[in-house]
Amino acid sequence: MNLKERSLSLKRREALNFYLYISPWLLSFLVLTIYPMLDSFLLSFTDAAIGGDFNFIGLENFRKAFTVDPQFWVSFRNTILYVLMYVPANLIISFFLGYLLSRNIKALGFFRTVFYIPYITSGVAVTVMWGWIFNGSYGLINYLLSLIGIEGPNWLADKRYALICIVIISLWSIGNGIIIMLAGIQDIPATYYESAQIDGASSLRQVFSITIPLTTPTIYFNLVIGIISAFQLFNQPYILTQGGPVNATRTVAMVVFQNAFQYGRMGYASCVAWVLFVVIMAVTLIIQSSSKRWVFYDN
Amino acid sequence: MKRSLSKSMSIKLGRALIYIILIICTVICIAPFIWMVITSFKSTAEAYLFPPTFIPRKWMWANYKNGWAVADFPTFTKNTIFLALTCTVGTVISSALVAYGFAKFKAKMSGLLYVCLLGTMMLPAQVTLIPQYLLYYKMGLVDTYGPLLIPAWLGGGAYNIFLFRQFFLSLPKELNEAATIDGAGSFQTFWRIMLPSVKPVILAVGVMSLVWNWNDFYTPLIYLNSTSKFTLSIGLQFLNSSMGTTKIGQMMAVSVVTLLPVLIIFFVCQKYFVQGIKMQGLKA
Repeated sequence: MNLKERSLSLKRREALNFYLYISPWLLSFLVLTIYPMLDSFLLSFTDAAIGGDFNFIGLENFRKAFTVDPQFWVSFRNTILYVLMYVPANLIISFFLGYLLSRNIKALGFFRTVFYIPYITSGVAVTVMWGWIFNGSYGLINYLLSLIGIEGPNWLADKRYALICIVIISLWSIGNGIIIMLAGIQDIPATYYESAQIDGASSLRQVFSITIPLTTPTIYFNLVIGIISAFQLFNQPYILTQGGPVNATRTVAMVVFQNAFQYGRMGYASCVAWVLFVVIMAVTLIIQSSSKRWVFYDN
Repeated sequence: MKRSLSKSMSIKLGRALIYIILIICTVICIAPFIWMVITSFKSTAEAYLFPPTFIPRKWMWANYKNGWAVADFPTFTKNTIFLALTCTVGTVISSALVAYGFAKFKAKMSGLLYVCLLGTMMLPAQVTLIPQYLLYYKMGLVDTYGPLLIPAWLGGGAYNIFLFRQFFLSLPKELNEAATIDGAGSFQTFWRIMLPSVKPVILAVGVMSLVWNWNDFYTPLIYLNSTSKFTLSIGLQFLNSSMGTTKIGQMMAVSVVTLLPVLIIFFVCQKYFVQGIKMQGLKA
């Protein structure tokens, strides 16, 4: 065997190895990602139900969504409102607390642990507990407000406050974001601050000219992840309010779930899911193209 | 002199302020749990007092026993333990395998496929949800654990693959070459040499996946219908939607019990969680 043939067969063996190792993921990528994506696109032009035959009905689902279904617009409005409240608040709070934790404080391990606990326990149990804390008549929050003479509203049952409650409950468990920010801030080389101190820059000035710019890659990461997950809000409103009162907390993910698994309208649900997908992609692309202007990479 | 004194004063004040804010946040993080435990020991009548009591007048230990008996929680617990463990083992093994493939071997398509892998992290679950359901439905897997187990054993999520790959890449190439010269076939190299040297990632991915699967609500909600197959999260929601706050003490008692394993795992394995988060900071 000459050298050329040998290197070719080595290359082939390497490729074979590559595909063997990644085969579990490749299978799931093809069968559980690519195929479903295409299929849900096709389904959105049909009247498919579970198990039955289906007909292509053109843009009927989209027409119905945009002009007839009252829940469609309401759910998009709620979801976008939630994203607009939750994502910026999440970034600001996690940066702020991450920054405080980076200030050479004592008991860093303790605070890090404490902030992380709400994140790992986020589930049905904790959500139900928040429902009780926000209870209008017997809840802890209204008790605390009554101490300073405020009569609290009936939070989750009041359409003006229900969505805000959901935002607050979600913000309670952002520990992961705080710790990621902390890691990003700690990565900044100390020399930057040292030279700023020599120049006599105040610590506030240092935050805005050193810490924030050099943490932008982490902020960007948290922003993208936060937006994609916030657009899919489901668990808290499903558990606490079932979308009510009067649709005030009905989200797009809930409309998809309801149509698909409660009414069996697979075609219509796919159509709503695709509209959501396009919205998320558009927002992500806008952020990505803007990132060149505000995200600074060190190297 | 005076100026430097006021400067050191303001630094001290600033530091005090930092601690005050952090302590307030600590209270906000912990207080709901304490309130949950307190409520879990109250009788319904006492839970419905306003202003509320902070120490139960009568400690209703019975809430724990009765709440646990409202639905078949022993079965839900068994199901959850089984699912969380099998999904975690599947996730660790399959994501390590796939990551090793991406880290150590090249093929014409490897770059493109890696981009696809990262792309799936950004893909909202909604867009694949319905055809996936119809697929499992055709295969007769709705109301079985198939839809929960299959994804775990097929790569276990792009994110975990990404974490493992970062680690495999950081291993010295000599390790790989030495093993090849010794005649260990590629899989042997992976199993005997590579896997043991990435123990920190195995533990980080393992504990995070364990907790994630324990808490998971959405997937079981969609795929499980029979009560005998319910997990704890679905069982709790079942209780929540059927009795609301009418027996809040029992509801909270069950909640406390379902949270305990997560908290225990967290406190025992804290350092691996921290490891996992630190690795998230690694840039792609």
